[in-house]
Amino acid sequence: MKKFIPWIIVAVVIFGLFSWGKGFNNTAVALNENVSEAWGNVQTSYQRRNDLIGNLVKTVQGAADFERTTLTEVIEARAKATSISIDPNNITPEQLAQYNQVQGGLSGALKSLLVTVERYPDLKANQNFLKLQDELTSTENTIQTARTRYNEAIKPYNVHVKTFPNTLLAGLLNFDGKPYFDAESGSERPVDVDFDFN
Amino acid sequence: MLYFLTPLQSVKYHKANVLTFVLALFCYSLVFAQFDIPEKPKVQTSVYDYVSLLSPSEKSQLEHKLITYSDTTSTQIVVVIISTSKGENIGLLAPRWGHEWGVGQAKEDNGVFILLAKEDRKIWISPGYGVEHKLTAGIVGELIRNIIIPEFKQGNYYSGLNKGTDAIFQVLKGEYTGKRPNKNSQDMPFGFILILIFIFFIILIAISKNKRGGGRGGNRHKGMDIWDVIILSNLGRGNYGGSSRGWGGSSGGGFGGGFGGGGFSGGGAGGSW
Repeated sequence: MKKFIPWIIVAVVIFGLFSWGKGFNNTAVALNENVSEAWGNVQTSYQRRNDLIGNLVKTVQGAADFERTTLTEVIEARAKATSISIDPNNITPEQLAQYNQVQGGLSGALKSLLVTVERYPDLKANQNFLKLQDELTSTENTIQTARTRYNEAIKPYNVHVKTFPNTLLAGLLNFDGKPYFDAESGSERPVDVDFDFN
Repeated sequence: MLYFLTPLQSVKYHKANVLTFVLALFCYSLVFAQFDIPEKPKVQTSVYDYVSLLSPSEKSQLEHKLITYSDTTSTQIVVVIISTSKGENIGLLAPRWGHEWGVGQAKEDNGVFILLAKEDRKIWISPGYGVEHKLTAGIVGELIRNIIIPEFKQGNYYSGLNKGTDAIFQVLKGEYTGKRPNKNSQDMPFGFILILIFIFFIILIAISKNKRGGGRGGNRHKGMDIWDVIILSNLGRGNYGGSSRGWGGSSGGGFGGGFGGGGFSGGGAGGSW
């Protein structure tokens, strides 16, 4: 009888380890799915913006003697932005930063294009253009929302894989922490605060 | 931050400036605190007028119209009127709000959230995932520009919202059908109607066998017979005009089943006047 006791202990330990590992793994997979889905929404909304910018460029080109330089800037920034896509399962901080940067560049170019448009009253009164502008604004908001939700989805995942003792298993099973989205470069708005202490 | 002080003063008030700086930081966090979305209300209805922009009768008219619309289509349109978004981008606030409250059905995501900020003079309409292919930002923007804003400019808030929601009905026409998800359901389930027809025939047979009748009267305690069903289902098919008031209102106001948990992508369009 006595010689079985060590075996029983070993069996219990193995079973314990197994169920811990299983629990960890399955939760991590589920949380990872959420992250992937959230990332999918981020990419879809950026893709939508790219398509809209394509339409915008066409509409604006139609306007007589529209400034060339701003247009080319937008076209180039758009080409750059479309060239980068990220696999949600291994997002590295560098990749994300790069993605952020090219999309931010496109946002900047787009903004200056829209400012330039202010000088073309015909264009501003054009129903198609107004619609496009609404679609673009909407997409920018969708992008913001998708980014926020992506960051929200990452939090529980990171907490799960980065806390002890899960972090031991995370290394073993290749669940790395995922990077958060920083504010889009160029989106920092000047702060306008009214200090009134009276 | 110190630009309003002359150099002399700034030396003199150096300590005060540190204090000002700390205070400023404090205020910064105050000013940029996000607009706090009110908790999901207990009675979940279609119009929340936090600043009494609409008169009580206008409010209940609009509210009733939207609830009846939701009864027939399951699409929930919610109008919220606030004073100001406190500096937050209304285009982000509206979908966040709709998402948090879960306007629309969970499966269809067919909610529409209309946020009006009176002092900001801004309106934003955010469609849920399930209706944004119809209510695209371009269409919503056009609707706001051409239908809502002209009314708002003249101070006719009710008329703007009324016409605007009618226009949304038009755009969404035929997209979703639904029934009020509670006991007072106005569309009888098909199986239930079959059973009623079955019971009806049994009673007919009973009557024909027992010429003294009384069977039909005995049926009354079951609530409805086939004629009631026919009449009621016709009622349900009627337009959302005043005639169906009693039926829609019988549940004591609010959406049947409350907000369904619909989601919002963040899109939408708006305008200011």
